[in-house]
Amino acid sequence: MTDVIVVGGGPAGLACALELRQRGVSDVVVLDREERAGGIPRHCAHQGFGVRDLRRALSGPAYARRYVELAERAGVDIRTETMVTGWSRDGSLEVTAPESRESLCASAIVLATGCRERPRPARLVPGSRPEGVLTTGLLQQLVELRSPRIGTRAVIVGAEHVSFSALLALVHAGVKVAGMATELPRHQSLPGAALGAALCYRVPLWTRTVLTEIRGLPRVEEVELHDVSTGRTRAVACDTVVFTADWIPDHELSVTAGVDLDAGTRGPRVDTALRTAHAGLFAAGNLLQGAEPADVAALTGRHAAAAVARWLNQGDPWPDRVPVVCHPPLLWISPNAVSGATPPPRHRFALRSSAFLRRPEVQISQDDRVLWRGRLRKLVPGRSGHVQADWLRGVDLDGGQIGVSASGTY
Amino acid sequence: MGAGVVGAAVARELSRFHLNCTLLEAGPDVGAGTSKAHTALLHTGFDAKPGTLEARLVRRGYELLSTYAPQAGIPLARIGALLVAWTPEQHRAFPRIVEDAHANGDVAIREVGVEELYRREPNLGPGAHGALDVPDEGIICPFTTPLAYATEAVLNGCELRRGVRVVGVERRNDGGFELQTTAGPIGTRFLVNAAGLYSDELDRLAGHSGFTITPRRGELIVYDKLSRPLLNHIVLAVPTATTKGVLVSPTVFGNLLVGPTAQDVQRKDDTSSTAEGLAYLLAEGKRILPQLAQHEVTAVYVGLRAATEHTDYQVTIHAAEGYACIGGIRSTGLSASLAIAEHVRTELGSAGLELRPKESAATVRMPNIGELSPRPYQQAGRIVCFCERVTLGEIEAALGSTIPPADLDGLRRRTRVLMGRCQGFYCGARVAALLQESAA
Repeated sequence: MTDVIVVGGGPAGLACALELRQRGVSDVVVLDREERAGGIPRHCAHQGFGVRDLRRALSGPAYARRYVELAERAGVDIRTETMVTGWSRDGSLEVTAPESRESLCASAIVLATGCRERPRPARLVPGSRPEGVLTTGLLQQLVELRSPRIGTRAVIVGAEHVSFSALLALVHAGVKVAGMATELPRHQSLPGAALGAALCYRVPLWTRTVLTEIRGLPRVEEVELHDVSTGRTRAVACDTVVFTADWIPDHELSVTAGVDLDAGTRGPRVDTALRTAHAGLFAAGNLLQGAEPADVAALTGRHAAAAVARWLNQGDPWPDRVPVVCHPPLLWISPNAVSGATPPPRHRFALRSSAFLRRPEVQISQDDRVLWRGRLRKLVPGRSGHVQADWLRGVDLDGGQIGVSASGTY
Repeated sequence: MGAGVVGAAVARELSRFHLNCTLLEAGPDVGAGTSKAHTALLHTGFDAKPGTLEARLVRRGYELLSTYAPQAGIPLARIGALLVAWTPEQHRAFPRIVEDAHANGDVAIREVGVEELYRREPNLGPGAHGALDVPDEGIICPFTTPLAYATEAVLNGCELRRGVRVVGVERRNDGGFELQTTAGPIGTRFLVNAAGLYSDELDRLAGHSGFTITPRRGELIVYDKLSRPLLNHIVLAVPTATTKGVLVSPTVFGNLLVGPTAQDVQRKDDTSSTAEGLAYLLAEGKRILPQLAQHEVTAVYVGLRAATEHTDYQVTIHAAEGYACIGGIRSTGLSASLAIAEHVRTELGSAGLELRPKESAATVRMPNIGELSPRPYQQAGRIVCFCERVTLGEIEAALGSTIPPADLDGLRRRTRVLMGRCQGFYCGARVAALLQESAA
């Protein structure tokens, strides 16, 4: 039996495997279904990867290569084109590889299966079903392969960090961007990114705007945009629509494992040591929530490795946990369960809101007892705010679920 | 004329005889119109109007396809249907439905009580008044079926020409027809019109005007595979005059689908989904199977039924001219397809088409793309499409098949690539490149 199998060879999975080897775990296997390990950053041609984990600024592909190199050099067995398709009845992994189909079992399993952007059908956008409707993930790979499927004039749906990555990819491919549409009152990226887009590429940002219909066959001809504040509708000509962000964890193996999911993150519920409900089953990276930057995902992988190593060495009983749930307008908190005083990755909880909140007061409470109360500078949809973990000591592990609420002006 | 499920079935039927047969398709592929976008059920015909041609052909077609599908590798499972009454009024319709089912060739049907209904479908929404159990209703692969027919026809010498539109039909003096097409003139002694939504227009070109098609739009929502365990049977609604109502059904691919809507539209290419239609289906899905609301939607698709002003199929054989018109085949066309083909072949025989059977005719075994029997990835392989577990070997086989795909949609229908929850987020670029390479 293998010591540890890590499912998914993106930043979180590779960082976890690397850390496990550095902690002396002898037998660490990473299963990755892609032709090359490295995960999503492989296709992100822009800079800015690796600042928080590798202490350097790299392009996405260089960052992905770096992790593969580090892991291989540390003795991690990375198997590509190897996909876990499900679980056998005895709890082992059913694995398809180019020349084999086998059941693999391990003392510990780490799920690091990442997340994806919701595509158009999942968002229930009506209209025709033409060629030219993409997600950022698909767009970046099409650009990489210089595919003729990319058009000449695009509308971007969303205005988060990743939406600006889509913008960069489109500009790089010579595509004119007609505009970016977001239902929210302003964009959610860093001020510099938005200003840069506006100045360098003259891309208008349409706020309070919803894409209500796609028209054209066989290729997109136009989209209908609805201005929520004025109630007006207009058509914008384009041959490409890129749906960005609106992440959902790739949680199939978590669901089929039978562990409970968090209603907010849609990822497996994990405690601060990144343990799922099943003994020996851990989760890390953007499977926990969609989506954090790659380096943050990698740090959660590293964090999980510590708990995995402890589990292998000491075999402590798998703890019960108290769920942590969010109240609107908060969407989720991650990690979302507490089972002891182990601090979460980076000693902080990540918190997301569906609305812009300026100086929100955040309150964490359990059974009418306030565990923590404090002000954050701001919460921006699609970006994590952070709450320190010093309230963990006050949690009653036999008590009811922990609630997180926030109030603040928009 | 027309390589939908009906035209392809007729071509297959005729290709087993010593005939020169050509199958013309205006679109890019076999089964790429109405045939690809419906509820994908194999109907027993229990609810057809007794005495109609439709009732007879659906019943016969059900028997023929039940035998053919396993031989040809078409995914098919007779999982049974539960027709649920949600109001006392719907419940009062049961005796008539049972009576019709008996009249339609004694289709097995029996009423089950509320308790049994909820025992067999524990996740069903509250408020059911009773149900009819129709154990022989089935689910079938809508993509493989027409492809199997067309492939068998081609293997037996039928010429398939895609992207060829018929724009004029002239009668020759010596009998037979001269077709004007976008690829030049084509002569034939006998002509079969299986043009689906366009069958009325071709009927007029041929000098007749038996009916007018008013497309009836049906929108459907496909839910994530993770929802599949919620349901065991096809859950049907009590039919009305215009529609069989919204149903919830497993698919052979392991999803659940909800639909269809029913709305008459003007244009024969208006396969757009609508905000109202999707909202209605979401609400219906949630009512019938409340837990669906917690699941992701994987796909939305829209089909146009070839509805006419008549209630029955419009199948007319003009014996003296050697012309057969197959019109008004609506949602039951897939179930009836082999019987329609048999019927048309017989009638054409009576009309003077010489039918000498071939001593040996090729049969087909299509690649399995359903979840009902083992798939290639369960042996080994390079999985390209992760969501649907499609291997490189399957994609290459489809690209090199007897009727290769003309576009991504064609590859999707042959292998399931890009049909899954990510809609190409992971593999879309690679799959497109594979298609492009094979075309080059």
